[in-house]
Amino acid sequence: MTPFTPIPAHIEELLEERFGTTSRRDFLKTSGMLVVSVSVAALAGPFAPGANAQVAGPYPDPNFRQLDSWIVIHENNTATFYVGKTDCGQGTGTAFRQMMADELDIAYDKTTCIMGSTDVTVDQGGSGGSDAIQTDGWPMRRVAAEARRVLLDMASARFAVPVAQLTVREAVITVSADPSKRVTYGELIGGKRFNVALTGGDVNATAGVARVKPVQALSIVGLSPQRYDIPAKVDGSLTWAVDVKLPGMVHARNVKPPVAGATLVSIDESSVRGIPGFLRVVSKGNYVAVVCEREEQAIAASRRLKVNWRKPATPAFPKSEDLFNYMRGATPTSSQGPNVTGNPDTALAGAAQIIDAEYEIPFQGHTAFAPAHAMADPSNGQMTIYSNDMKSYGLRAGVAQFLGIPREHVRVVWMEGPQGYGRTAADDAGFEAAFLAKEIGRPVRVQWMRHEETAWDTKGPAFTVKMRGGLDTRGNLIALDYNARAADYCHLGYNEAETVLIAQLMGTRRATPAAGSSATPSDMYVIPNTRTATQVVSLPLVWETPLRTGNLRDPNGPQSTFAAESFIDEMAAAAKADPVEFRMRLLAASTTDDSGFKRARSIAVVKAAAEAYGWDARPSPNARGTGNILTGRGIAYTFRSQTVVAEIAEVEVNRRTGHVWVKRLVCAHDCGLVINPEGLRRTIEGGMLHSLSRALHEEVTFDTEKVTSVDWNSHPTLTHADTPARIDVVLVNGDPNPNRPDLPHYGAGETVCKPTLAAVANAIYDATGVRLRRVPFRDGRVLAALKSAGV
Amino acid sequence: MSSVTLRVNGGAHTVDIDPSTPLLYILRNDLGLQGPRFGCGLGQCGACTVIVNGAAVRSCITPTSSVKGEITTLEGIAKDGTLHPLQQAWIDEQVPQCGFCQNGQIMTAKALLDKNPNPTDEQIRDGMARTLCRCMTYYRVQAAIKRVAKGVA
Repeated sequence: MTPFTPIPAHIEELLEERFGTTSRRDFLKTSGMLVVSVSVAALAGPFAPGANAQVAGPYPDPNFRQLDSWIVIHENNTATFYVGKTDCGQGTGTAFRQMMADELDIAYDKTTCIMGSTDVTVDQGGSGGSDAIQTDGWPMRRVAAEARRVLLDMASARFAVPVAQLTVREAVITVSADPSKRVTYGELIGGKRFNVALTGGDVNATAGVARVKPVQALSIVGLSPQRYDIPAKVDGSLTWAVDVKLPGMVHARNVKPPVAGATLVSIDESSVRGIPGFLRVVSKGNYVAVVCEREEQAIAASRRLKVNWRKPATPAFPKSEDLFNYMRGATPTSSQGPNVTGNPDTALAGAAQIIDAEYEIPFQGHTAFAPAHAMADPSNGQMTIYSNDMKSYGLRAGVAQFLGIPREHVRVVWMEGPQGYGRTAADDAGFEAAFLAKEIGRPVRVQWMRHEETAWDTKGPAFTVKMRGGLDTRGNLIALDYNARAADYCHLGYNEAETVLIAQLMGTRRATPAAGSSATPSDMYVIPNTRTATQVVSLPLVWETPLRTGNLRDPNGPQSTFAAESFIDEMAAAAKADPVEFRMRLLAASTTDDSGFKRARSIAVVKAAAEAYGWDARPSPNARGTGNILTGRGIAYTFRSQTVVAEIAEVEVNRRTGHVWVKRLVCAHDCGLVINPEGLRRTIEGGMLHSLSRALHEEVTFDTEKVTSVDWNSHPTLTHADTPARIDVVLVNGDPNPNRPDLPHYGAGETVCKPTLAAVANAIYDATGVRLRRVPFRDGRVLAALKSAGV
Repeated sequence: MSSVTLRVNGGAHTVDIDPSTPLLYILRNDLGLQGPRFGCGLGQCGACTVIVNGAAVRSCITPTSSVKGEITTLEGIAKDGTLHPLQQAWIDEQVPQCGFCQNGQIMTAKALLDKNPNPTDEQIRDGMARTLCRCMTYYRVQAAIKRVAKGVA
């Protein structure tokens, strides 16, 4: 087995708990360095964590149909939960512990949670789609309930009394009639296997015999224990994926093509041979990397390496100023719809007022706070990748396919990293590190540089959306036509071995690029006559392009919701109706609902947001003052899956500079049963502000051959100076039967990213009477719009 | 390569390096510190912030040879096993999302409060404006700083 395995951060916690002595900080004090030689085998105790854990490899898939794969009870009456998810910083790990501890009947602080490492946790797909609580929480609850059932059966046999005559509290089972007869979970099974088979056609359906508790019986769910991962993040003790050090490791940096679609002609290796520590230039196709002993040496070599590239004969893409005209004129690669209800043409022909508008959202990057990185270790005939990949299981499968080695010989140890939000679902660095480690035969650490990441990361697709609406003489919205077009051809985002950037650069071409998608509005408005149609268009360069699209925190939602909810506001203004009242009319126009009561819950969040804000009913725009600062407020509402949300932005617009400050944000949020209210509030705040950054600042710029927004100056982001003075989050339970014992828990995170752009645009309109239909609302664009409107 | 002695968190460390190497890589790769981190390598984001002679310094663009004073990193601000009030406030306020930038947030805030223990909201915004967070935890960062300034923590 490999002698090099360091202790991943999440396993360190378990180690501490089991043995109580070995902390990384102690190691640092005594050894003065980071390389830790205690292997994961030290964890094994009676048996390794997870049903199939092997330290030396190979690494078969943990079997989700075995209870031991999910839960280990220790002799000291604590429990470790193993889940196939990752936490991008929203506190899902804490929430999983709450849900599972509640079903198991054990105190929260007697539990730990290990996430997303492919050899010890079942494949629940890692993170994506804000579905951790909504989807993956259910099998977690069921297996924990099953463990409780099995433990009660064991106690029943031990005391020779029926289960119905036992009481269980905080991992201690007593005979109800004689509390002196007691046994702990640890005494019953500590250090031993359950050996209990579970059922389920797939991991989401995993179940035992036991049923989950009714909401009223949950006592940990609904509390707000502090996130367990935070202390180590503020005292510097956490070992992140960027921190992994292995004996014999080397450092690699990429040398990217200087322009998109360039072809490698030759490399002059003599240009870097004199650099101390230089080891090798590795290249295949158009992929080029330099490998050195030390990190700063690899950086120097990547800058100094002379590479001769041939530019492509035709432009890779239109320049960013011409993007939307290009998109409008392009022939779609795919189309959906039109989907029609009623007769929109007839209704529009008879409308008292018709409004037309077109909205434009540019490419916006993930621009993760730190660039892509990974460490790959080829020791022991296996490939271990230390990675912050949010979809670690996909990385494992993808790397196995990419390198042509069996999956069982690849494992991904998931560790914390800079914000994911979709970027690490197309985990270029993980593939690169594995490829280079195989080539070099030593552990290789790869990290991208800032300019590489900002230029070449995956992008949220650009959208143009044309809308047309008709009002009758009483100001009712009688017809709506929505037509969206996305530049999303060859969409990435699932760690496919043939589409990650290194594979593209090496010349791999999938027979058919991913079709990509556009999006239709997500609201519960009742409009009698509608038409919705969407198209996807391609840019000229399909492969090896820095304008490759991926999953950016609700991949299409912020774009489509910006258009849809801005346009509803335009219709409300045309009808001289209050924007909240106009939406409520559209929501209340029907009394039928879906199985999740999404329409009723939509009404509840719009009401709750308006109340929390102190909304005064009046049409927009507001009467303009005479000073330099104009103020206004705007609302937008949407849903994602079954999570419904309404947001209100209050803005100050400086008419002399065009500067927009969102002074206050209000969010009313209904995701059903809330697991951890304080954790949820922070997730909502962060999500709204992420989209506020997209509303005010973010845009990928490019000329016809390369991306020109490459750092935090050329690609600005929200800063402390932009932060609202006040944010109010209202957690709503709008279910018609709010106390139902089976109240579902839905997702959170991405939903709140959707309406912020429209809420801000609507507030700017309210403040100034000027409608901004092009994102982002940078000072110059706002000022030009104000001037041309004579404001 | 040459021998350079650095004073970090109360200790002295001698390393044999190219002295023009940015301080960040020496702290991370030679001294095994994990508080300062690489975010941009351009001095734009603050992830690599350390405190040198009371000032918040971006170690990713600071040549190691130019550092003359005592260096304090995130690992060095707790005293006698007690977290620095800012670290405690960060926990109480549950500030981080992913947490990767929080070294920069905390160290920049420390330098700010060391100079001005009672900053106005405006001074906090200005003082922190060049320290970025892509999870956008700014609202909670500012709340945590105000906790410490008001002595709540």
